[in-house]
Amino acid sequence: MSTIASTDSSSRPLSRGGGPQGLATRRVLTNQIVTVLVWLAFLIAVIPLAWILWTVLSKGLHLLLSVDWWTKSQAGITPRKEGGGAYHAIVGTLLMSFVTLIISTPLAVFTAIYLVEYGRGRFARLVSFMVDILTGVPSIVAALFLYAVWITTLGQEREGFSVSLALVLLMLPVVVRSTEEMLKLVPNELREASYALGVPKWKTIARIVLPTAASGIITGILLGLARVMGETAPLIILAPYTTFINFNLFSGPMAALPTMIYTNFGNDVEPAIERMWASALTLILIVLLLNLAGRFVARFSAVSR
Amino acid sequence: MAQRIDCKDVNIYYGSFKAVEDVSMIIEARSVTAFIGPSGCGKSTVLRTLNRMHEVIPGGRVEGTVELNGRNLYDSGVDPVVVRRTIGMVFQRPNPFPTMSIFDNVAAGLRLNGERNKKRLTESVEKSLRGANLWGEVKDRLAKPGAGLSGGQQQRLCIARAIAVEPQVLLMDEPCSALDPISTLAIEDLIQELKENYTIVIVTHNMQQAARVSDRTGFFNLQATGKPGHLIEMDDTTKIFSNPNEKATEDYISGRFG
Repeated sequence: MSTIASTDSSSRPLSRGGGPQGLATRRVLTNQIVTVLVWLAFLIAVIPLAWILWTVLSKGLHLLLSVDWWTKSQAGITPRKEGGGAYHAIVGTLLMSFVTLIISTPLAVFTAIYLVEYGRGRFARLVSFMVDILTGVPSIVAALFLYAVWITTLGQEREGFSVSLALVLLMLPVVVRSTEEMLKLVPNELREASYALGVPKWKTIARIVLPTAASGIITGILLGLARVMGETAPLIILAPYTTFINFNLFSGPMAALPTMIYTNFGNDVEPAIERMWASALTLILIVLLLNLAGRFVARFSAVSR
Repeated sequence: MAQRIDCKDVNIYYGSFKAVEDVSMIIEARSVTAFIGPSGCGKSTVLRTLNRMHEVIPGGRVEGTVELNGRNLYDSGVDPVVVRRTIGMVFQRPNPFPTMSIFDNVAAGLRLNGERNKKRLTESVEKSLRGANLWGEVKDRLAKPGAGLSGGQQQRLCIARAIAVEPQVLLMDEPCSALDPISTLAIEDLIQELKENYTIVIVTHNMQQAARVSDRTGFFNLQATGKPGHLIEMDDTTKIFSNPNEKATEDYISGRFG
């Protein structure tokens, strides 16, 4: 950068002697045109976002303001009837996501540690390639895979836990990649400083590298979780919707917000459609909270300072 | 506690590339030995073989023997982790652990090697910070992050961290190249004090610095880029800077190089 700037300024005076005004005006004009273009692109990108938020808020917010929405299920409520809440679906979504989080976090973080700190040669390249492939697996394919393995082959039933397993498949590559990036950001000098103190490699990773990258890793995990929370295909294939509350991940149908949206969408009458928008807003809120939590962690334990 | 180092016929490789060829030298205990030479001549690489840090780099490989008080550090039975506890290192850029306070940085070496005793840790931290001439400046803010100190203070913090594990040898890889003249002076004074107790090896690009702080100086050079570096000669610093045996040394020192 600096070398370019210095050659620039050393060659410029020559051309400036000829026509300084023309060059300056042209540069100012280019700058203005690009600025306008950038703003335009930004506005075009923001319009659908604002539109979605407005639609969901205007159509769904009033249901969210009642206590029933957060405390009651849809048991005994027909599509034409008003009332009830989304408690059953919120519980389902949170339970399944929590189990997904518990399973995928250690798997993803250890895989990333292997790839960044230990992985050399063919096996590491193979693992990295597999992670890439996993990134490209569509959610419905992951769901069908789980159906084939968990239900057809292993004879389990369609249950919340099988959804969690499918979500793990979807969350794993995202978190592996983000954790890898964070570990690569930890300066090698810190590892060497630790080695030079006579600290073994595993301890250097556990006590120096991971704490240094912790906030970034946690942010990546939360963002990955937020992403898989809205996945619908695994729910449709692996967890039948129910209007009842189910706390048991290992038995029976279990509701979740995406399937609640989908089911209410199918009932083309007014109270159900309202519930559809309200559950959509609820899902957006939960994902938003996760995102905010991720950013909060990133800011308040920021190591890079 | 200080011990001398004997290097015999050391060849150092990065993968298949031979970076340094045929280095044999003696580094005396309780003295400061400086390595000088042009960039890329392998002086930092030689320094890093003295505490087996070279092999941390993928493909890094060493032939020959490096003996600390008669014991070969490259024997198959020697654990590099133990070697590094005995031979500490300070790096070119100050690298305090960013997640740790000043106290924790200095205590890191002991703590990560299993020391739990609060009293012993506190004593060691104070002793090391005093040893690094930093105690007076930081004693009221030991709980503050180490990364909040100035560059020169951070480097002295790193020296404190290195001497806290009570090594016998202290290796310094251009410890002042990122510092201003005042901080440099502080570190040079510190080196003079530390040599009472430690064997010190310092790599420097600054010949005045080598002349000021070291007792013995080794001059490294390479024939051409892509060729391995050699130790041209090693002698008392006064001899090297006044009347070196080799023409190449004299050319380099007097600035008539290349």
